[in-house]
Amino acid sequence: MSGFSALVARDLRLVWRRPGDVAVVLAFFVVATTLFPLGIGPEANVLARIAAGVLWCAALFAALLSLDRLFAADLEDGTLDLLLLAPWPLELAALAKCCAHWIVTGLPLAALAPVLGVAFGLEPDVLLALSATLLVGTPALSLIGGLAAALTLGARKSGALLALLALPLCVPTLIFGAGAVEALATGGDFGAHLAVLAALALVALATTPWAIAAALRQAGE
Amino acid sequence: MADLHFLANPARYRRFSQRVLPSLAFATVLMLAFGLYLALIQSPPDYQQGDTVRIMFVHVPSAWIAMAGYGLLAALGAALLVWRHPLAALMARAAAPVGAGFCAVCLLTGSLWGRPMWGAYWVWDARLTSMLLLFFLYLGHIALSRAYDEPERGDRAAAILALIGVINLPIIKFSVDWWNTLHQPASVARLGGPSIHPSILVPLLWMAVTLFLLFVLLVLLRTDTEIDRRRLENAEQQA
Repeated sequence: MSGFSALVARDLRLVWRRPGDVAVVLAFFVVATTLFPLGIGPEANVLARIAAGVLWCAALFAALLSLDRLFAADLEDGTLDLLLLAPWPLELAALAKCCAHWIVTGLPLAALAPVLGVAFGLEPDVLLALSATLLVGTPALSLIGGLAAALTLGARKSGALLALLALPLCVPTLIFGAGAVEALATGGDFGAHLAVLAALALVALATTPWAIAAALRQAGE
Repeated sequence: MADLHFLANPARYRRFSQRVLPSLAFATVLMLAFGLYLALIQSPPDYQQGDTVRIMFVHVPSAWIAMAGYGLLAALGAALLVWRHPLAALMARAAAPVGAGFCAVCLLTGSLWGRPMWGAYWVWDARLTSMLLLFFLYLGHIALSRAYDEPERGDRAAAILALIGVINLPIIKFSVDWWNTLHQPASVARLGGPSIHPSILVPLLWMAVTLFLLFVLLVLLRTDTEIDRRRLENAEQQA
């Protein structure tokens, strides 16, 4: 476990020294969501209707945007070779990397989304629900995206390929994340949606570290 | 299983395919000719849908084959990762575009069928949407297996993707069903109704078997091509 926390702490320290990388991702999230009212028009009821879907899609894109460097830097400077040689499971290292990614993108996105939701005219309880769904759902995005990042490590045009691989796999998370917020707004069962969303995140937690480790092993060969 | 291991050696597979391919091609062409006669001429038009029901004879088998094809990709991926069968990688590389092709045929024929029946080329129906996502999974597999300078890396990355994809397919299907019931009531007319009459069922099953043979034929042919290509690349590297 000490290796796990050490790896998370290392990644967080790296981000702390170059905070611009995270700032760019968050700025993308804000700018991308701002474009929707400009493209669709300023009618308040339309915007409130699409807000959850727009914010969830923008969060998904923002999370993917930051993923292509998740393992690439480690491959270039040799950290990945050390992780492969280390006496503790590579699966745990993969989980630590995704965990650090979630702390620096998922958490800020969940905190930022309600602020943007206000601009879309959402009610306070819907804002809270939006933040809660992002908090529960973004770990799944970090894990699935981490898998896509590991699979495309060293590939040509890895950024676009990463999105092509990760987006279909992220569809269930998107459906239940945005669906939960909409359920609350329209009087549906918010709890059921949130429970399925949590289940999706747990399935991702239980399956993706093995696949990421397998992908990293064949990248290191 | 023993037979499959026997075929894992590309040279032995090559001898097998050269014996099987000509008769398989012959059988496929004959069956396709008779199947098209059954589907286009012999079977009666539907009392509600008229002649457009004939689209089904290509549409439904294509959907079955597209789904089975992704299962095949996952099985080949497992064979590659577990036993490192060299042929599994080449066959997956050969099968993915064929499966994607059947998926595209299913989507296109469905769209052409939807226009006269539902009044729209595309509706966000649960089955259409999951088929589209299956097509995207195929595209990802094709792109990933060809994204590396060393083809072996692409093969193994694509194998992992196929295994993860096959686990996720039921989840995607389930969530799209849920999403559809949440967003729109079932306004779409469905075939459903009473059970299918034999005059339509027999041509449908015949076409399903025929198109499945076509799928196998194309995959085997393309696997042969992949073996040749890999040999050529190795020869070029050594030269």
